[in-house]
Amino acid sequence: MANKFIQWMDERIPMTKTWNIHLAQYPAPKNFNMWYIFGVLAMLVLVNQILTGVWLTMNYVPSAEGAFASVEYIMRDVEYGWLLRYMHSTGASAFFVVVYLHMFRGMMYGSYQKPRELLWLFGMFIFLVLMAEAFMGYLLPWGQMSYWGAQVIISLFGAIPVIGDDLTLWIRGDYVISGATLNRFFALHVIALPLVLVILVFLHIIALHEVGSNNPDGVAIKKPKGSVPDEEKPKFKFHERFTKKYDIVDAIPFYPYYIVKDLIGIGIFLFFFCYVIFFNPEMGGFFLEPPNFEPANPLKTPQHIAPVWYFTPFYAILRAVPDKLLGVILMFAAIVLLALLPWIDRGKVRSIRYRSMFHKLNLVNFVISFVVLGYLGTQPATPVATLFAQIFTFLYFAFFVFLFFYSRREKTKPVPERVTS
Amino acid sequence: MSNAPVDKGRRRFLTVATGVVGGAGAVAVAVPFIASWNPSARAKNAGAPVEVNIAKAEPGQMIRVKWRGKPVWVVRRTPEMLKELDGIADRLRDPDSQEPQQPSYAANKYRAIKEEFFVAVGICTHLGCSPTYYQSGMGEHVEGVASGFFCPCHGSKFDIAGRVFQSVPAPLNLVVPPHYYVDDNTILVGEEKGQA
Repeated sequence: MANKFIQWMDERIPMTKTWNIHLAQYPAPKNFNMWYIFGVLAMLVLVNQILTGVWLTMNYVPSAEGAFASVEYIMRDVEYGWLLRYMHSTGASAFFVVVYLHMFRGMMYGSYQKPRELLWLFGMFIFLVLMAEAFMGYLLPWGQMSYWGAQVIISLFGAIPVIGDDLTLWIRGDYVISGATLNRFFALHVIALPLVLVILVFLHIIALHEVGSNNPDGVAIKKPKGSVPDEEKPKFKFHERFTKKYDIVDAIPFYPYYIVKDLIGIGIFLFFFCYVIFFNPEMGGFFLEPPNFEPANPLKTPQHIAPVWYFTPFYAILRAVPDKLLGVILMFAAIVLLALLPWIDRGKVRSIRYRSMFHKLNLVNFVISFVVLGYLGTQPATPVATLFAQIFTFLYFAFFVFLFFYSRREKTKPVPERVTS
Repeated sequence: MSNAPVDKGRRRFLTVATGVVGGAGAVAVAVPFIASWNPSARAKNAGAPVEVNIAKAEPGQMIRVKWRGKPVWVVRRTPEMLKELDGIADRLRDPDSQEPQQPSYAANKYRAIKEEFFVAVGICTHLGCSPTYYQSGMGEHVEGVASGFFCPCHGSKFDIAGRVFQSVPAPLNLVVPPHYYVDDNTILVGEEKGQA
């Protein structure tokens, strides 16, 4: 009966074939470590965001008059509304946690290098859309920080010469941030950007499965056809799409092996996720900021405006520069340079395991700069803090400059032929 | 169906022509989508001028009104405050109001029509926060200056004529909106004299 149904389906749509190519017969390197969990977790969080988001729209009122009250209504009167909202707000932060770690994994193991440049670019577009999505979503509760945070970000576009003022007017749809802005952000947040995000994630995975997954050793598991004796080939059946042109070594099928492994990771992740939702949904003011418990007031700026934690590294760069336009340019450059990594890194060795000490130190410098800038972005702009922000902005950009120069003739360790276990 | 030989030149012309017409159509369709993001007629109406009654303003007092959704300040400055405007020019970015941040009739030392009343949009020129008014105690942020405006967001500082100090993030002086005196006790913000 089941077989007949599957056969009926397969004659009409490539069901079994898709399952095999992307899961049951997809060769994944056997040496994945815990850094390889974050892609799956990002997908899990995306599903969480879409599901809880759809449910939140059922009670949310997208208007300047009704937004704040409707969020309170969801929190107090809607059954389990508080849980749905906390799942959504915690999910937003969790999204950035896993995406940042996912990106760092790619940087450590050189997963952006040839032939995975496009895969990396799709990932960077996902990151950009995610930032837009998070920014617009943050306006919707219409609290003080929603309002003034959006005010600051939208005026960034005002720094663009000539068209700046008209552009900000066009984005807001009013002379100030108003209900018009709220409504268009709502439309983009719940329809346009999620749609783009899902398409990009699809492309990201298609591109990944075309070139194959990288691994902690950064060595290819695809060998020239006929170069590997049969007894060294894995005892699994991989789809002929992968074995037609290459001999696959050191791989296991994604399903069931990595699915089972990922379930463990998902379990651990949910442990932390649930802790935040149930015991610490505001996360000390980092996930939900205190001024946002006050309704938006266009005539009163909060004493200290800080974006949510996941924007603070870039915000710190913006503030570090005394010139407005240059600050905006540097902030965007900080993201663009990440996207250009496949071309900035001219090295041939992928994994940090076989790269030079200088590269390791440089990557440590990047991480420290990113974290320190992230911290400074949450703090008021005192002269000392600004000076530190300037130093670490310099170090952040120095990472890319150093990398560009030393990667050409880097002293690397010998790379093994096959992955190590 | 005839089997006439294919006229490739004609086929190419028709393909290109169809593409161009279709492309023009696509561009035309984009217009309403983009234009609908501009402020609506209602939003433009809400940008109408507002009257401020200054008859009861105490010396040193600030009156806040809302114009186009933005805070507009009217500060009745004391003679001591006006005296502070002298002697700090070398610490300001634009002491002589060279940048077009004010109507021509306010491009003077006091950045006002009548020196006693300072009218300004209370939005920092850095990233749009609303600075805090210091009737006194500005000295905490700027040495030797008692009154002015301090932006809590990123620490921009302005003197009591809204002129920005050096080495702060804000690039420009505070904006002086178009305004005029309807009579001795009333200022109309959002319109120039003789307009409309």
